[in-house]
Amino acid sequence: MLRYTLRRLALLVGIVFVISVGSFFLIHLLPGDPAVVILGFGASPAAKAQLYAFMGLDKPLIVQYFIWLGHVLHGNLGTSFISQVPVSTTIGAAWLIDLEMIVLSQILAFVTAIPLAMRSARKPDGAFDRILGAGSFTLLAIPSYIIIVFLVIVVSEHLGVPNTGPSSYVPFTTNPAVNLTSMLLPSITLAAGSFVVYYRVLRSDLVATLQEEFITMARSKGISQRRIMWRHAFRPSSVALLGATSVNIGGLLAGGFVVQYLLAIPGLGYELIVQGLEKSDYLLVQGIVFTVSVAIVVISFVFDFIINLVDPRINRE
Amino acid sequence: MNEHPFEPEYPVDSLTAGVAGGELSGESSIVMEATTLDGVVAKKRLGPLFWICVGWLALNVLGAIFANVLPLKNPYFEDYSVVNAGPGWHHVFGTDDLGRDIFSRVVYGARVSIAAGLGSMVIGFAVGMPLGMLAAYRRGRFDGVTTTVMYVLLAFPAIIATIGVLSFWTPRNLIKIIIVIGIASIPLVYRVVRAATLAVASKDYVLAAKVQGATDRRILMKELLPNIAPVAVSFLVIGIATVITLEGALAFLGLSVNAPTPSWGNMINESRTDLAQNPWLALFPALAMCLFLLCLNFIGDRLRSHYDVAEVKL
Repeated sequence: MLRYTLRRLALLVGIVFVISVGSFFLIHLLPGDPAVVILGFGASPAAKAQLYAFMGLDKPLIVQYFIWLGHVLHGNLGTSFISQVPVSTTIGAAWLIDLEMIVLSQILAFVTAIPLAMRSARKPDGAFDRILGAGSFTLLAIPSYIIIVFLVIVVSEHLGVPNTGPSSYVPFTTNPAVNLTSMLLPSITLAAGSFVVYYRVLRSDLVATLQEEFITMARSKGISQRRIMWRHAFRPSSVALLGATSVNIGGLLAGGFVVQYLLAIPGLGYELIVQGLEKSDYLLVQGIVFTVSVAIVVISFVFDFIINLVDPRINRE
Repeated sequence: MNEHPFEPEYPVDSLTAGVAGGELSGESSIVMEATTLDGVVAKKRLGPLFWICVGWLALNVLGAIFANVLPLKNPYFEDYSVVNAGPGWHHVFGTDDLGRDIFSRVVYGARVSIAAGLGSMVIGFAVGMPLGMLAAYRRGRFDGVTTTVMYVLLAFPAIIATIGVLSFWTPRNLIKIIIVIGIASIPLVYRVVRAATLAVASKDYVLAAKVQGATDRRILMKELLPNIAPVAVSFLVIGIATVITLEGALAFLGLSVNAPTPSWGNMINESRTDLAQNPWLALFPALAMCLFLLCLNFIGDRLRSHYDVAEVKL
């Protein structure tokens, strides 16, 4: 276990290193002098000097990277030349919204996917299983940006449910009730994508587990169906579910970007697209891309660890 | 007797697959074995629904290729006398906020999606497939090094990386999008192809070919390639679907082809501003995209169960 964890940790450090190199070089993909592109024409010499000092632009590339890395390790991702706000401050204010969105959507997805998968797996190829199989397969072909557009058309435009449309976001601390209503459509959208995956993965694993001998054994002892499902079959079948959750996180964050963009919810995605890209605030984009990538990798690492606890057979490769 | 069209495996969400994927693939083979015992004996017929899907895809592809020649309205022509019109005789799908014909924009929009899907998969397969086959056939140090590198790349959050690169690599165009997504798909193709090749490389007929003195090239091309083709093809189909979804997301965020060029994602993005007045604007491109994706997923899924791809764990 310890060796396995250490090996994964080494891999994690390696990946974070690759991410940092990648994020650093993003700036150099810009056509022309980064300082001119970032600051715009007619920037003051003082601003230019500040940017040169921050990124070491007059030094060789390798040195630039280490200068940048040094700043990043101190939590300094640069200061936006458009809003004059440090990038880390913007990220600090925005990430909780993404977290709330993801947590709500995952609760929704698990609460629906687990019982439905259990019901399906009890009679594979039964009517219930087939209908849900076809339904989830169809849902698989509907991307999140289509789901959210139609939820907005139906729920906030036609049904007129208040506080669900664009720009209706209110921070949780200001008004929890309105905040949760405004999070309704985003969480349903993100949950829909996760639900399909979780349902299908858990169902197929449960079908397999239920044919194992220890289940037959439990059945012959007269243990109730409910108890067999929850106590005996669920844990061995939940490994792939956890794996799917871990794999899903990148997709969830990106899906969240789309939703935030449409509804003007000031999370990381909104900051990235509307404040960063549309205003050419490249330091903000770089900071968010770097932070989010590292977060995803770290979360996957934690999930791997949890999966190991649930099923210790895995690290024996 | 089993007509269950929906095999229990879900398509490996190719561009989001992360660290955990590798360890878990072992599980799915157990799953698949069990389900085959369950009575899913691969039928040798693909079924009418499969061919309907193939037909639909063919129709879309032909429409995209011959859009110029077909009697379609000009997708760029702005007719301010019929702005935001619903579906009708003159404009089958209605018109958008600039009076452009939605039907012809949907047909032209297929070009971007299909080109992005095919183009990036060509890159992914051109690099990932030979590497994966060689690694699995040669084993040893070459395999060790490539697999480790691919693992690191696989753990890289591809979607965020794609967004990041496309943010900076301006001006954006279709070629750049294809290159970025194509590179991101290399490790996924590699992983699938390597696993598939490993499963056949130890078979007796490969050994027989070796004993007869066949060259490595001949073994790779004549013995291994035909046997991993089914896996590769079903992964290709599902990969195209994933790329089209991703391109749509990029277009929705304004990171794909520029404004006047129609693409399904672009059109859904443009509909954003007047969802209330003109829901048709979002409906038709969304429908076109979902049907296309559904057919791709179905075909990929069907092929996989048809060729009993299960044992090589997709």
